[in-house]
Amino acid sequence: MTRSTAPTEALPHEGVVRRLQLSWPLLVVATILVALPAIPQVPPFQRILLTHGLIMGIAALGFNLLLGYTGLLSFGHSAFFGTAAYTAAFLVKYLHLGSMEAFLVAGIAASGLVAIVFGTVCVRYTRIFFAILALALSQVLWGLAIKLFWITGGTDGIRVPTPTLLFGLMGVPEDKLTFLATTYYYYVLAVFALAVAAVGVVVHSPFGKAVQAIRDDEVRAEFVGVPVRTYRWVAFVLSGVFTGLAGALWAPLNGHVTPDVLYWPFSGRIVFMAVLGGFRSFVGPLVGAVVFTYLEAYAVGYAVYWQAVLGVVLIGLVLAMPTGLVGAGAWLAARFRRG
Amino acid sequence: MTLLVLEDLHKHFGETRAVDGVSLAIRHQELVSLVGPNGAGKTTLVNLVSGLLLPDRGRILFREADVTRLPVPHRVRAGIARSFQIVHLFEYLTALDNVRVALFARDGKIRTATALAERDEAVREEAMAILDQFGLAPKWDLPAASLAQGERKLLDVAVAYALRPHLILLDEPTSGVGTREKGRIMDTVAGVCREGGLAAVIVEHDMDVVFTYSDRIVVMHEGRILADGPPQQIREDERVATTLLGR
Repeated sequence: MTRSTAPTEALPHEGVVRRLQLSWPLLVVATILVALPAIPQVPPFQRILLTHGLIMGIAALGFNLLLGYTGLLSFGHSAFFGTAAYTAAFLVKYLHLGSMEAFLVAGIAASGLVAIVFGTVCVRYTRIFFAILALALSQVLWGLAIKLFWITGGTDGIRVPTPTLLFGLMGVPEDKLTFLATTYYYYVLAVFALAVAAVGVVVHSPFGKAVQAIRDDEVRAEFVGVPVRTYRWVAFVLSGVFTGLAGALWAPLNGHVTPDVLYWPFSGRIVFMAVLGGFRSFVGPLVGAVVFTYLEAYAVGYAVYWQAVLGVVLIGLVLAMPTGLVGAGAWLAARFRRG
Repeated sequence: MTLLVLEDLHKHFGETRAVDGVSLAIRHQELVSLVGPNGAGKTTLVNLVSGLLLPDRGRILFREADVTRLPVPHRVRAGIARSFQIVHLFEYLTALDNVRVALFARDGKIRTATALAERDEAVREEAMAILDQFGLAPKWDLPAASLAQGERKLLDVAVAYALRPHLILLDEPTSGVGTREKGRIMDTVAGVCREGGLAAVIVEHDMDVVFTYSDRIVVMHEGRILADGPPQQIREDERVATTLLGR
């Protein structure tokens, strides 16, 4: 066993190897993503679809901070996504603000506020009680979005026009399709990269280790001095904020915000993405979100009951690949390497 | 100087008097074995001292401060650590991270969310040194879940030890492992405790282990202390022989 050499000698070497292994696929993926608009064979529609996938990737990544890392399954993450999306819509409708940065700042603040309140209630419980409570609270917001129609536009929702990016520094919005497929694509890609890096640091920080300790054994965590409930709450708020960030990015892409993004099936989609990609790995939810976005886009065209297709996929996943696409991929790669 | 003083502790579960008026003093750097038949109240006593349970009556003084009703994290900070009869580990974290979480918590570093845990060389080195003391250094990057039972028992103690407590409570550190491994585990655990100069209260069933490694033995029976003294005295105690050794 090469790993059991004296620890002090093994460490620097191990670190370098690990970093190299990680950076190769990362470099390839990053290059493809950056070069995409320059490839004429990829139509603008595909890039808009991918932008969608990246945004949902941020949402699923934030969600997984709670499921994969803290061990809490939330069925109420539509609340944060929807709150931020509606915040962007309100800025347009009531303050006539069309700045993307304002959407992001206000969206993060609003979803953070909701997460602070919901988190305070929810983290008193765990497991199914936590999941149902999160779901119930999110449905209060959904109800409000429908009932307070003179503010929210009810089921008609609110239109969100194309915003200015970086206070107009990224050019005046061209026609909407070009804008979304190129300028906005790059904007989302940059925010996506920042968000992934930020969550990456959090889960590998001492705080990140502490919440994973809570996930694995809360009794033990308490007996090494981790304030269990407080840390669950902090993880909840962080999780809500990242999912909120995704909601703010999504509003102008969709161009329209309706109560659907506050409804519980939307939370279910986020859960599905994380499970599909694999909530045990860092990149799982990202892969799951992109794959789900494409599945949805194409399954709708082929099958009327595409949700039934998704149901079958979910059952298959839970039974055959509990580690998701990324887990199954790693398993296949390991087998391939062994021959 | 006494480290821990228990004054007339009571804990009842309905009709069962699990701990029924226990008074006891533990000195600094003392290895005390807590023995007795099943249901004697040993684990309950450990749970009362560590804060998992609160007593119905009585007082617990630790380093001259009243800790009777102190919440668990405060007791940990005061210097009381424990291991568990059924191991409680962070199963998906590596052996290194199991110890590292304890170190981060002890040093107040777990609040840091903006720096990589890996970058903290001091903590990494200390964690590796602790794993080495427990003979677990070669397994540092394996998840706790994939360690052998004996290694898991040792890691469980290592995590508690990493907190640098004044008192460590070990609830059956050798339960569930083979007879031959018991000696190895107790050699390691007793050695580390003596080296680190900390007091230990060890709940143990194996009387060979108890007589070999303890400075002092406390015998419990039906929630009370039956006998208390050095191994030689306990060995010759008639009452202990009848209740415990069944002679």
